[in-house]
Amino acid sequence: MSDIVERTLTALPGLFLQSQPGGGPAAAKTPFSSRLGGLVRGVTALSSKHEEEKLIQQELSSLKATVSAPTTTLKMMKECMVRLMYCEMLGYDASFGYIHAIKLAQQGNLLEKRVGYLAVSLFLHESHELLLLLVNTVVKDLQSTNLVEVCMALTIVSQIFPREMIPAVLPLIEDKLQHSKEIIRRKAVLALYKFHLIAPNQVQHIHIKFRKALCDRDVGVMAASLHIYLRMIKENSSGYKDLTGSFVTILKQVVGGKLPVDFNYHSVPAPWLQIQLLRILGLLGKDDQRTSELMYDVLDESLRRAELNHNVTYAILFECVHTVYSIYPKSELLEKAAKCIGKFVLSPKINLKYLGLKALTCVVQQDPSLALQHQMTIIECLDHPDPIIKRETLELLYRITNSQNVTVIVQKMLEYLHQSKEEYIIVNLVGKIAELAEKYAPDNVWFIQTMNAVFSVGGDVMHPDIPSNFLRLLAEGFDDEMEEQQLRLYAVQSYLSLLDMENVFYPQKFLQVMSWVLGEYSYLLDTEKPEDVIKRLYKLLMSDSISSETKAWLIAAVTKLTAQAQASDTVERVIQEFTVSLDTCIRQHTFELKHLRENVEVMKSLLPVNKSCEDMVVDASLSFLDGYVAEGLSQGAAPYKPHHQRQEEKLSQEKVLNFEPYGLSFSSSGFTGRQSPAGISLGSDISGNSAEAGLKETNSLKLEGVKKLWGKEGYLPQKESAAGDGAEAPPLPPEVSPSENIDQAAAKRTQAQVLAPSKEEKEKQLLASSLFVGLGSESTVSLLGKPDVISHKFRRKSKVKAAKSGEAASTHNLTCSSLNSLSHVAYEENDYLTALQDGEDTESKDLPLGPELSDSESLSELPLAEKVSDCSLSALSLFADSDMEIFQPPSSAAASLTRDIASASCFLEETAGDMCSGRMEVCSDETVSVSSYKLWKDDCLLMVWSVTSKSGSQLKGADLDIFPAQNFKISEQRGCCLPVMEAGSTKNFQYSLQMEKPFTEENLSGFVNYQMVDTHSVQLEFSVNLSLLDFIRPLKISTEDFGKLWLSFANDVKQNIKISEPQAALPSALKMLQQKLRLHVVDIQGNEGLLACRLLPSTSSLLHCRVHADGLALWFRSSCPALPDYLSYQCQKVMMVGPGI
Amino acid sequence: MIQAILVFNNHGKPRLVRFYQRFPEEIQQQIVRETFHLVLKRDDNICNFLEGGSLIGGSDYKLIYRHYATLYFVFCVDSSESELGILDLIQVFVETLDKCFENVCELDLIFHMDKVHYILQEVVMGGMVLETNMNEIVAQMEAQNRLEKSEGGLSAAPARAVSAVKNMNLPEIPRNINIGDLNIKVPNLSQFV
Repeated sequence: MSDIVERTLTALPGLFLQSQPGGGPAAAKTPFSSRLGGLVRGVTALSSKHEEEKLIQQELSSLKATVSAPTTTLKMMKECMVRLMYCEMLGYDASFGYIHAIKLAQQGNLLEKRVGYLAVSLFLHESHELLLLLVNTVVKDLQSTNLVEVCMALTIVSQIFPREMIPAVLPLIEDKLQHSKEIIRRKAVLALYKFHLIAPNQVQHIHIKFRKALCDRDVGVMAASLHIYLRMIKENSSGYKDLTGSFVTILKQVVGGKLPVDFNYHSVPAPWLQIQLLRILGLLGKDDQRTSELMYDVLDESLRRAELNHNVTYAILFECVHTVYSIYPKSELLEKAAKCIGKFVLSPKINLKYLGLKALTCVVQQDPSLALQHQMTIIECLDHPDPIIKRETLELLYRITNSQNVTVIVQKMLEYLHQSKEEYIIVNLVGKIAELAEKYAPDNVWFIQTMNAVFSVGGDVMHPDIPSNFLRLLAEGFDDEMEEQQLRLYAVQSYLSLLDMENVFYPQKFLQVMSWVLGEYSYLLDTEKPEDVIKRLYKLLMSDSISSETKAWLIAAVTKLTAQAQASDTVERVIQEFTVSLDTCIRQHTFELKHLRENVEVMKSLLPVNKSCEDMVVDASLSFLDGYVAEGLSQGAAPYKPHHQRQEEKLSQEKVLNFEPYGLSFSSSGFTGRQSPAGISLGSDISGNSAEAGLKETNSLKLEGVKKLWGKEGYLPQKESAAGDGAEAPPLPPEVSPSENIDQAAAKRTQAQVLAPSKEEKEKQLLASSLFVGLGSESTVSLLGKPDVISHKFRRKSKVKAAKSGEAASTHNLTCSSLNSLSHVAYEENDYLTALQDGEDTESKDLPLGPELSDSESLSELPLAEKVSDCSLSALSLFADSDMEIFQPPSSAAASLTRDIASASCFLEETAGDMCSGRMEVCSDETVSVSSYKLWKDDCLLMVWSVTSKSGSQLKGADLDIFPAQNFKISEQRGCCLPVMEAGSTKNFQYSLQMEKPFTEENLSGFVNYQMVDTHSVQLEFSVNLSLLDFIRPLKISTEDFGKLWLSFANDVKQNIKISEPQAALPSALKMLQQKLRLHVVDIQGNEGLLACRLLPSTSSLLHCRVHADGLALWFRSSCPALPDYLSYQCQKVMMVGPGI
Repeated sequence: MIQAILVFNNHGKPRLVRFYQRFPEEIQQQIVRETFHLVLKRDDNICNFLEGGSLIGGSDYKLIYRHYATLYFVFCVDSSESELGILDLIQVFVETLDKCFENVCELDLIFHMDKVHYILQEVVMGGMVLETNMNEIVAQMEAQNRLEKSEGGLSAAPARAVSAVKNMNLPEIPRNINIGDLNIKVPNLSQFV
């Protein structure tokens, strides 16, 4: 190809004289186009940047005159646009022409329009205001009968289009999906893809049409739709599993060469199409055995067919390998893929080598032995002149680091770090080194030295987590107290020696770390007095290169040391120097120091030695200021309002016209639209009351029982993981490591293949053996997951204390509230109780609602309480290690239940319906059936899956696993895995679920694995639907608390619901909300009601409802932005269904 | 997705600059310069991929380039594109240019800047690969050229007379794969068709 583009600029003047060769004869004849030629010629003839600037400015001003002259024809304008584009490309501002480009696109004939559109797409960006002027033109052109115009419009839409204007063109583009010309369909698909990228919710409804595009008879259209599918499957692969078969079929036909020859590229059939398809398959088959099985054949075929004759086949092979490793593994394929990786890595072509390394990086965690195979190549790449190869190699090494090779790998990384100047590379590498150092450090000295290197190179660009993690590690310490002290001591010593060096400048972050460590741990030094350390800090303080932030750190360190030192002149000097500092922060610190020095007792208690992790009890409520506040108030000062309240008031005053667009209605179905915030009176009784209550609070500062802790979360002082000590044993030095031998043997084998190793070779092999140590022993590792054999040297202390205190707080009402939640469930499920309730309702219509509800609550609680206590007792006897309600589900094949538990399980069966959801069979085959229950526990949703064996045969090792879901936190509860299930018996799996992000409905899926006695294991998949309501629990608070909370929540949603007979509706509506949504009725005042709930684990939400003539006004507030929306949706659902049901 | 396509000559003079992601004007120029310096440093015998400069987003983006005589063709892509695939896409683009201009050279790119953009629009649309089939791209371009010629000839005529020509259709090349029993069957989807 290079010979094609032989002609260079030197030929330019000559060519010019003969007019222009090649295309565009029409353009060449007009005088205007030669103006472009003149411009280009002028520019190329110039020698300096300055002259070019002058010329272009000249050109631009003449263009400006031309385009704005009324006599300029569109044709001339077209030429002007091309020249403007040229100027813009060179980086000169031609913004005066933008509007003319739009005009040209609007008014010109076909050719002029084309230039106009091109100019617009080059000049403007998506949010440029002028673009709005183009929308009309685009709409017109989309409706044009001329194909070229439609094409141009579609092109501009997919290049730049304002997001707000999508609805204007969307229906037109949708129509184009049915167009008879494939080029139009293809472009329409890509335009819709663009919309999907910038506004996914606007194209939700046309997903079905994408499927049509996928089945289009034109290959191009189908290929375009793959862009969309790749994207959507990346976002959510579970929704498109049903298409796997189609993708496989398409790939099969492409690989099999069934496409027209037209699509071949260097005799490879549609390589880009293959790449897309392979990627899609990789995403679909990830962690999904059944889907993966569908694609094994075609992957095998692809691997086989991709004969290595051209670059592009390597591209396909690479994708194949990637896919094979990302789907559910199959050993044959893996073998072949591994061989392919070998071809890449060993290729002399540098591009392929790079990709080989990239592939290795991806798969090395699944199969470390592969890295071992190619160790010599990897070593070579480590010294490759091409930095990108080096980088990729380091990335690979980073993935295979373990405690035995960490020193060598980190050393290599540091070497690279010292050479590189790009900031993003430094940030990236420094982070990795810090991570590896903390994870695998072989000893203290190495750790501190490595971190010193990290801090001095990474300096001020590194991620702020790195120094703070380091300091936390030092402060919190780890399990071995001796080690901990030594690490601190060594850090202090090394910093002192670093500070003693003359004329060395350290980054500010490093100095901050040093000053903190010296301030905290200098006391460990025997050889030097605090006074000496202070002197060094003072020297730093007086240096000019220190930022004021670092100075503040230094003064803090001096203050800490002053508490330990007796009288010190240096401190005196510090005080003198900095009490007059212009920096207020430093001055403040110095004054604190000055005053503390005058009172040694206070200073010692305030700055204890080695207590950085201890909590300090501080009166955060500032109760000692009460008198002052009271005095101020009595003198007429305005009471304090919290920030958000002030803002709210400000907003409500400003609210004249609402310029904010109204939020989209939550559901498009026929609910009454939500009112604008101004529609509902802000000053309802309730909010007024609570605001007042809040004010009173501030007036009197009622602070009994407030005990806030200042400082970090508490940590348990004593050691708590004695069991971990075994794993904690310091890793063996590389020389004596047992796996070393294996690796050296492996290295020797390689050596044997390489004939007569030179000295250099030997060095490399030495390096190899130190790099790949520890990998061989893991080569038997399972393919499914990354082996987690990390033994952290610096194991952090866990935060048991914090957890415990939280637990203690919640235990006091744990029992009663768990009963409550059960009773609410019972409302839903138990006919008997509902009947009771209904009967009561009719009797007590006129009674105030509050007592009635609480009455009925207690009524229903009583019998249940007995039942529960009974059942948990019997459950205890059944499952010795469980302390929660477990019930034996009614077995579908209850033939062989053992006698002794029969009675208990019968009882459980009876109560099961009361406290949990109905039993639901989620999947089954001829031998097992899996059913699920929901248990609405107070602190989580407990999902119980019971696997019941139907047949008489024995099941071995039944196991159940849940796929991770992004919205949940799932933790297994005591999975007691019986090795062999009693035939016909049942096994329960419990998972507690917490919601991470609110949603309305979500699927949770998992699979059951079991083994028949003589056949191999069988896998069954299931999924369960969970709704937001499963995670809502009543929040029991007083009206006063409600008022306070109401004010502190910023996110609110208002909603009007039309109901018949609004006056009578409040009690029944509240009751329904209480029953169906599990909201707690806080208070009822006249025609208003207050409800509260919390979303597990601890997001609370409040609801204020008021009855008015038209219906019910609901007003939600919560600390979580999304929650009010979801709740209001649920309320609507409940209310629309109506109280009758 | 393709973030940007840059073509510049051995001296760093831009010949084609097309961004698919929004960068401010000055940044665009800086990116061109930075990319030029990154690419220029590299020998011809080392790999055709390199990490994007700091302006374009660091190691998440790749620069994939080819060097033809006096011109560098650089595609800046994110991690979702196949490196080798893009490398061959550059080849497709250049070969198409060659077919459209009959022995393309740097001058063609200068004097027919608009045309080069039109060709590029057929290959890459809004950052996505639209067409990799060279014949198809050339056919599209020829159709547009014919349009140009007919318009050029009729330029003196009143605009209304032109509209007849405007409504002509693009030539349809049989691209359907319904050849005998070889057509692509997509099972499970018949209900949507």
